[in-house]
Amino acid sequence: MRPFDYRRADDIDGAVAMLALNPSAAFLGGGTNLVDHLRLGVTAPDLLVDVTRLGLDRIEPLADGGVRVGGTVRNSDLAADRLVRERYPVLAQALLSGASGQLRNLATTGGNLLQRTRCVYFQDVTTPCGKREPGSGCSALRGYQRYHAILGASSACIATHPSDMAVAMAALDAVVRVRGRDGERAVPLTDFHRLPGDEPQRDTVLQHGELITAVDLPPLPEGMRSRYRKVRDRASYAFALVSVAAVLDVRDGTVADVRIALGGVAHKPWRASVAERELRGAPATADSFRRAADAELAAAEPVEGNAFKVPLVRGTLVAVLRELSEETAR
Amino acid sequence: MDAVEVEVSLRVDGRQRRLTLDTRTSLLDALRERLGVTGPKKGCDHGQCGACTILLDGRRVNSCLALAVAHDEAEITTVEGLADGDTLHPLQESFVRHDGFQCGYCTPGQICSAVGMLTEAEAGWPSAVSADLTAPVELTDAEISERMSGNLCRCGAYAGIVPAIAEVAR
Ligand SMILES: Cc1cc2nc3c(=O)[nH]c(=O)nc-3n(C[C@H](O)[C@H](O)[C@H](O)COP(=O)(O)OP(=O)(O)OC[C@H]3O[C@@H](n4cnc5c(N)ncnc54)[C@H](O)[C@@H]3O)c2cc1C
Ligand code: SF4
Ligand code: FES
Ligand code: FES
Repeated sequence: MRPFDYRRADDIDGAVAMLALNPSAAFLGGGTNLVDHLRLGVTAPDLLVDVTRLGLDRIEPLADGGVRVGGTVRNSDLAADRLVRERYPVLAQALLSGASGQLRNLATTGGNLLQRTRCVYFQDVTTPCGKREPGSGCSALRGYQRYHAILGASSACIATHPSDMAVAMAALDAVVRVRGRDGERAVPLTDFHRLPGDEPQRDTVLQHGELITAVDLPPLPEGMRSRYRKVRDRASYAFALVSVAAVLDVRDGTVADVRIALGGVAHKPWRASVAERELRGAPATADSFRRAADAELAAAEPVEGNAFKVPLVRGTLVAVLRELSEETAR
Repeated sequence: MDAVEVEVSLRVDGRQRRLTLDTRTSLLDALRERLGVTGPKKGCDHGQCGACTILLDGRRVNSCLALAVAHDEAEITTVEGLADGDTLHPLQESFVRHDGFQCGYCTPGQICSAVGMLTEAEAGWPSAVSADLTAPVELTDAEISERMSGNLCRCGAYAGIVPAIAEVAR
């Protein structure tokens, strides 16, 4: 691990200014992804700016009925929050299915969103990886592909974003609030992470030095039910092979509204807008759910090692929509 | 860039400790290599096994991924600080009674994790297997297994670990 300097930021402007002055500096949240990557030699900033004491650790109700989640709220506190448990079960479930109790006590909202989109080769500096070293090629194209993407990938990178929290937030239409040198901006969570294209080194649209101050969750309309389902190789403490976050409202047997995001399938949390279009106004039946899943998956381009994900997503999505429709039918 | 040294002060198992550290030092290495507190174990050094679990300001965390410099002034409890003199902590007693270990390498992490986990359950935190996210927590075996899934045991002593925790929890 290369040496680095450490500063604790006392206020938001100070934190942003320290990074603006130093292109090799990085923010430090809980450290559960960054410290691992420092140790693996994947990244080597020369200054860490600790942002965990900026007063961004609060969860507050918003006037419109939504909730503002501070950028440094720990994942465990977010999952345990009353408002979140009552209003956004999909988010509490997603958080609780991620990592472990110990890791969630350290991990922050901002750090979770910005954990690297990655694969085993990204974390092994002895192998070529275009995300870690632009232009070096992609080891996964002829390697281990079990955790890799089936949607929106490119020949430059087929890695997936591993966050469970972000998948739930994508289904909730969350908005990321970001502070940079030029002030504040708001980025819809679904536009926050990128597809790899020919720049796999860029996971998100964030510029160097921009700080995540909060994530805003809009209110869910009355009657909407939500749920997160994660499928993995062992029962707990494992990354998703695939996951589904869904929000559904069924009235008189018809899908009144639906939002779906998929995890473990793409370089970003994948909002299944094709399936959503297919479902709105359709009868809330297993047939419709299957048709919608197939419509979304028509664009899937699996590789040999992850072809199993296509039927796995289909089955998981149909199951989650069925459960939710039984819960919301009225 | 040369190594950067910083002063850090930690309260470890009730004793105030002050030390000068390289910024790269994890809490785990600070405890084990610098302060001689070898209760917390290094299994993987990547957050994947839980052997390094300690209580940081009362909450269980993986000390291998926490930088010591980021936790200046923190209150730390390791497995070595759980007993009250010669009287073992109820969880320590229970692990002995139920054969909650074989080689014992994961045990300090298991026990610290269980202490933190019981506090979380007491506070009403749900888990991934809780059917109702807002109902009071009932620590069934399934709940204990899920909540303890961040602690791996190479010896597979889970058949003793779960009942050891259950006895204290119920
Ligand atoms: C063994 C293991 C298993 C895991 N399993 C899962 C899992 O199943 N599901 C899952 O979702 N995750 C999983 N994770 C990942 C974990 O959720 C992330 O490591 C964690 O959420 C990162 O948060 P952090 O605060 O520790 O980030 P850090 O490591 O501190 O930072 C990560 C990145 O975000 C940047 N950053 C941090 N805060 C901010 C901010 N406020 N503004 C701008 N930039 C910021 C940092 O500069 C860094 O680039 C696992 C991790 C481990 C080690
Ligand atoms: S899939 Fe992406 S992260 Fe993995 S080796 Fe290829 S370029 Fe690197
Ligand atoms: S040594 Fe920290 S989790 Fe394994
Ligand atoms: S007792 Fe040997 S690793 Fe758990």
